[in-house]
Amino acid sequence: MSNLLSPTTWLSNIRGDLIAGLVVALALIPEAIAFSIIAGVDPKVGLYASFTMAVTIAFSGGRPGLISAATGAMALLLVTLVKNHGLEYLLAATLLTGLIQFILGLLKVGSVMRFVSKAVITGFVNALAILVFMAQLRELDLKIPGVNWLTYTMVAAGIAIIYLFPRITKSIPSPLVCIFVLTAIAIGFNLDVRRVGDLGKLPETLPFLMWPKVPLNLETLAIILPYSLSLAVVGLLESLMTAQILDELTDTPSDKNREARGQGIANIVTGLFGGMAGCAVVAQSIINVKSGGRNRLSCLAAGVFLIVMILLLGDWVNQIPMPALVAVMIMICIGTFSWSSFGNLKKHPLTTNIVMISTVVTVVWTHNLAIGVGVGVLLASVFFARKVAQVIRITSVRDDDTRTYTVRGQVFFASSDSFIAGFDFKEVLAKVIIDLSSSHFWDLTSVGALDKVVLKFRREGTEVEIIGMNEATATIVDQLATHDKSGALDRLLEH
Amino acid sequence: MSPIIACTDGSLYSPSIYANAAWAATRLHSSVHVLHVIERGEIVAPHDLSGSIGFHANTELLEELARFDESHARIAKLRGNAILSDACKALEALGLEVLATQRHGSLVETLMEFETDASLLVLGKRGEQADFSSGHLGSNLERVIRSAQSPVLVAARAFRPIQRFLIAFDGGPSSLKAIHHAITQPLLAGLECHLIGVGKPDSDLDLDLESAAQTLRQAGYQVTAELLQGEPEDVIASQTERRSIDLLVMGAYGHSRIRQLFLGSTTTALMRNCLLPILHFR
Repeated sequence: MSNLLSPTTWLSNIRGDLIAGLVVALALIPEAIAFSIIAGVDPKVGLYASFTMAVTIAFSGGRPGLISAATGAMALLLVTLVKNHGLEYLLAATLLTGLIQFILGLLKVGSVMRFVSKAVITGFVNALAILVFMAQLRELDLKIPGVNWLTYTMVAAGIAIIYLFPRITKSIPSPLVCIFVLTAIAIGFNLDVRRVGDLGKLPETLPFLMWPKVPLNLETLAIILPYSLSLAVVGLLESLMTAQILDELTDTPSDKNREARGQGIANIVTGLFGGMAGCAVVAQSIINVKSGGRNRLSCLAAGVFLIVMILLLGDWVNQIPMPALVAVMIMICIGTFSWSSFGNLKKHPLTTNIVMISTVVTVVWTHNLAIGVGVGVLLASVFFARKVAQVIRITSVRDDDTRTYTVRGQVFFASSDSFIAGFDFKEVLAKVIIDLSSSHFWDLTSVGALDKVVLKFRREGTEVEIIGMNEATATIVDQLATHDKSGALDRLLEH
Repeated sequence: MSPIIACTDGSLYSPSIYANAAWAATRLHSSVHVLHVIERGEIVAPHDLSGSIGFHANTELLEELARFDESHARIAKLRGNAILSDACKALEALGLEVLATQRHGSLVETLMEFETDASLLVLGKRGEQADFSSGHLGSNLERVIRSAQSPVLVAARAFRPIQRFLIAFDGGPSSLKAIHHAITQPLLAGLECHLIGVGKPDSDLDLDLESAAQTLRQAGYQVTAELLQGEPEDVIASQTERRSIDLLVMGAYGHSRIRQLFLGSTTTALMRNCLLPILHFR
């Protein structure tokens, strides 16, 4: 809290932050409108969300310079909720999402991020870009009235402006030029293309505080809870991941748990002010840093500029042709997608590729980033377990009537079988020494395997001695093992 | 004795910082650890407001920023080496034991890392980048004082030998800490002590002031204690001049940040107005 009041937190980069905030606001407007349409609500719901998210997170967030707004990842999760239950339930779900995120932040969810491997994150980003791109295809469907060859021409022209205009000058945001030129042409020639105004209402006032009009009962909770859980997970993932990207770009650390709590607070505020759930946005955050934004002020400025522009220029915004927004969104997709992952397919190990591709495929299949990440993390863990399980070696030397087995490596559920297979029970011996000094026993399965080995030798009349257990292994063996307790043989036979 | 940490950035204040550190080190019989922190300079982002991002947006930007910082960091490092070798020369000439360290990071965070075994921190009132004419203090100063565990000695522009010190006493925990430090540590021993409180006569402060004076006298100080009325910052500033005080000792930032936002801070006002080294306790 304390450094929020320090002037350096806000004012050490005023010029850079304000200019970057303006550039970011220009990139946020098309996105907020586009994602409202994806979710099936009026553009004002997304625009309000982008405003309140950006303004709140500027104060509550843990990563200065991170831009939060209405996002595609969240919008996609809301589609069926809006379709089946309507806007008020969306607002209630947003509120609950914020609450869940805040609690997860208090529980230090930020440190759980380390279980999400790089491959899963790459998959997440790519899936996100693909989904947002696919959502644009709807605006290019020739079956929709108002979509025709002109639409395609304008999208192409828009993309050309966005990428070629920076070669002339980098002092004017090229997405703005794209929107401006295409709107002027559409109005000037009175072209037959879909306009933003055809898709729903824009805001005419500042958002005001209101409680979602939903019955406060368990039935409502049962409807919104599954959505809120997915939203909370996806929002935190994208936010923490983007925070990490910004940490790298600016070479400064950030407080991930504070960011998680901040996202929660921002979503609660957003829900109360009639906006849809949002989170940090990768592309806009990169644009922010690129334009010179570094501090909290940049995110605050982006939110304020956005709402001011919408309120002052609402009539003009209504006239913006949809192809212009599609062009900006395609740029966002291209900027979000991790293109190096294609080249990396050849370089990275097969398992990493499988994790990345599975994440992408699952997301594109289910339209739910949370499920995709779940699958990715699960696969990565299985692959990891398998890999570590291979790192087990059992060697032995015979000295007269005694054989000494030396176990090296990690013994756990996945390697217990190879552990048992390393012993020769048929050999006739007086004594077996098992040296565990270079191994570690991790779980119930591995201790069970040790039990089995010891008792099997004993049944052959061989004396067994275990030496060199490290402390951790000794603790778990003490707790779980049966071979050193009386009646062990009987109990093993019961199973 | 644990070392004294002196922070230097090669600004106008550096000679005075070394002199203050040397004074304290001699009195505390400790070594001096000179710290130079290379902070990331002002953000001068590449001029690109195109707002358009293409393929490899993230990696390209990262490379660009890294290239940019790299060239700056090289120069900063060389400069830092020169500053540190200057500092070592100045302090070693006085027969002190010196250790010099150069670190990347932010000054406040780096100090917090190193501070754990320090007996005293010495800083300049303003840093290299602070604007002189405006009367603003170094941006880091308040944050350092607020977060430091050890006392912080803030050096003024010029150093003069210290004979008389004034304790600005408000009865709060941090000024009691100052009294405690005075009677347990050799830093101020033998110097002429002026104990000044600002408040109404016959108040709690009056009694506290008297008992503090007593404590100091028992520890062998020659104490002049007085309770005065008025605005604390004005009274103390004028008293330091009238009594030709060489060092101001005070509890720093007793009030909350919220109050400070509206009413301003006595500590900041004193630091701005008094041309003396100030020893802060928190």
